[in-house]
Order: sequence, then C-alpha cells, then structure tokens
Amino acid sequence: MIRDFEYLSPKTLEQALTLLDKYRDECKVIAGGQSLLVLMRHGLVAPQYLVDIKGLTELNYIKSDAKAGLRIGALTTHRAIELSPAMKNGFSILAEMEHRLASVQTRNWGTIGGNVCHAEPAGDPTPVLIALKATLTTAGLKGKRNMPVENFCVDFFETALQPGELLVEIQVPPAPPHTGTGYTKFNIIECDQATVGVAVSMTLDSGKETCKDCRIVLGACAPTPIRSKRAEEVLRGKKITSDLLKEAGQIASQEAEPISDISASEEYRRELVQVLVARVGSQALARAKQG
Amino acid sequence: MKQELKLTVNGQPYELYVNPKTLLVEVLRDELGLTGTKRGCESASCGACTVNLNGMAVKSCTILALQANGGEVLTIEGLAHGTELDAIQKAFLDYGAFQCGFCTSGMLMAAKGLLDENPTPTTEEIKEYIDGNVCRCTGYNSIIRALNAVAKGEYKEKR
Repeated sequence: MIRDFEYLSPKTLEQALTLLDKYRDECKVIAGGQSLLVLMRHGLVAPQYLVDIKGLTELNYIKSDAKAGLRIGALTTHRAIELSPAMKNGFSILAEMEHRLASVQTRNWGTIGGNVCHAEPAGDPTPVLIALKATLTTAGLKGKRNMPVENFCVDFFETALQPGELLVEIQVPPAPPHTGTGYTKFNIIECDQATVGVAVSMTLDSGKETCKDCRIVLGACAPTPIRSKRAEEVLRGKKITSDLLKEAGQIASQEAEPISDISASEEYRRELVQVLVARVGSQALARAKQG
Repeated sequence: MKQELKLTVNGQPYELYVNPKTLLVEVLRDELGLTGTKRGCESASCGACTVNLNGMAVKSCTILALQANGGEVLTIEGLAHGTELDAIQKAFLDYGAFQCGFCTSGMLMAAKGLLDENPTPTTEEIKEYIDGNVCRCTGYNSIIRALNAVAKGEYKEKR
C-alpha cells in the first residue's frame, strides 16, 4: 500500500531544485518510477513529498560529439538509448546493455538517471558506465558538481547525491583507439536483473597485442558496483591470452564480496564472476582488435 | 489532496480528480471501469497490466496516473476497430494464443507496441519484445505463431 504524499511536478530544472532544497529529506524524486514505485508499494520508501521530474524535457537528450563523446541527459529513457543512432563505435555497448535491461515496457518509461540514482548494486547501466570511464554532473541550487560514475554509488541504494541535489547528465568520453568493451549478466529470467553482471573494457597498444589499459567492473557482487583492480593489474601491460583472462577471473572472484540471497549463494556468485570475467574479457579483447 | 488528471483513453477524453498515489492501472480499472487491463504482480514483472501510453507499451501498475497527465492511453478495450477485431486479436483467436486469458490483454497491448514500431518483426524480435509478459498456460509458442502470422501479412486486410 502506497502511503499518501503530496505530488509536485516542477516544469523546469530550476523549479525542481528549489523544491528539493525546500523539502530535502522529506521529499523523494521520481523519474520513471520503475524501481521507486515498487519500493513505495512495499512501504520501504514513504516520502511526504514526491517531486516528479519525468516531465523535465530539458534533461531528456542524447548529444554526441566526436571529440567530447556522449552527453546523456538524466531523463533519457532506456529505450531511447537502446535505439539511438549515436550508440555506435565505442558506445554500442550502451545500446547492448540497455537492450537486456528489464522489459521493453520498463525501458519505454524508465530513465537512465533514475536507474543510476536508485543505486541497486545489480543495476545494468552503472557497471558499463564505469567501464567506459563515464562521468556525471549533479546540480543543486548552489551549483554543479562533476564526478566519475565510479564514485557515485557509495553504498547499498545510496549515492553521493546531497540533499537538494539532482543528477542531470552523464558523460561518456570517446574510447581511445583499439578499445573494446563487453558486458553480460547472468540471470535466470531474461528480463530480470543480474545475479552477477560483468563489464570489461580493454585498450590495446598500437600493435593490438598488449593490454595498455583495462577496467573490470562487477555488478551484484558488493553493496555497490565495484572495480576488480587486482584483476585489472593482472591484464595491464600483458599480452592477453585465455589463460591470463582465466587468472583475472579467479582473482576477481576472490576480490568480489557477494552475498547469498534468493537468486544465488555467495559461492555460486563467485563462480559466476570467475567464468564471466574471462568470457567478457575475451569479448572485449576481440572488439579491441577490430577497433 | 486530490489533483486534477486529464487523460484521453481509447480516444475518449476524461477529466477526473485522483489521489496522487493512484496508479494508472487503478484509474483505468476503478475509476473508468476498464477492467480488461489486469493487475498481476504489481511490481512491473508480469506484464498483465500493459497498456499503450502515447504510443508506447508500458506497465500501468508502475506508473502514477498523474505521470500520464495529458497523455493518450490505449487499452485492450480500444484495440478493436468498432465491431471488427484488430489483426492481433484475430490471430490470437485463430492460433489459440491463450488459455486462461489473464495475460492476454497485456500480451496483446505489448504486441500492439511491437507491431506499431516494427510491422515485420522476426521470431527472435517477437520473443524479445514479449519477454516482459508472463504467460503460464500457452508456453508462448502459440502466441509467437499468432504474432508471426500477423508479421507475415496473413491478416493484412485487418490492419
């Protein structure tokens, strides 16, 4: 049963920020509400004021620039990203990830900003954005802040947003030459969230042999999406072989801090990490060789 | 405090006052009496409540009615063309694409979303598109056969 609340629908970002500043902890922001309304129905979230920002068209855009990369407004729907012609070359992984996010109905209404701010550790976009070295911008009445997406999730369902702040934009830089990115999740029902999700980006040197840089990001393995930095170290500076990817998988599996829940035991999740890091790693490698 | 909601449903404009916590599915069923849209899991998982909002398939159990303010909703009651069934409905009948019928209205509205967007989907695209709609009777095969028939133009005169 959803508790009563006062519904506020600002027409501009400025109005929204003024409301957030006024009501602070007493209010909650709703965008597509695809996660929030489920929590509200269970009584887990019961705000006094609900600030509906879904109608702020000024935060609904995808801008693409060869030099600056992608800028995605927080209120862009998953479906818009999935189908956008801007999701090519190094960014196609975003469309691929969105294609497997929940159901088409949810993607039609849910927004990328809402998903990222929900900070569900099993969410799909955040691990991919971290692998792509994306940054984001928050806005408040006092001004804007920029930070890597990597620093945005601070705990289970908790972000770096301060009271009165709103996520307004996500930026994805263009990938360096010879970079490939992969993402996959293991789930039992196709449109379900990840039991374990793994994103890997890999940049090869000019000879397309040695790994110049890489990121390995694990979803649903800790209170927030995490980078497996020790596993990244295994690959960095080396010629990538399947044995090396397996080793990275083993290390990532140790570095993960998964829990046991209804979807999988901790042990099973660790096994998944080991398998998926090697599998997604080899996909990223193959793509890096093409790029 | 109730707030004003303007909605066009199946071509008919409505003006009503709702508690802000009212979900779109509740307005359709309880206020407008359009009970063809079903409440199933109520957590955006089963798809039984699928309607089309501004031309897109959405799950009406996970949208506040006020978020649809000013929008156009198409429900299962508005799918047929007068007394003539829509091609998708006709195909569901011919291919026996339902048993208990609980998922059917949501399944049809998801299919409507798909075919409006892509009139000639492949079997794979059909499967992907309806993966947010759960059916516990048919095993999906008859539904996919029905939608394939529509996609291949078998009901062209009905569209």
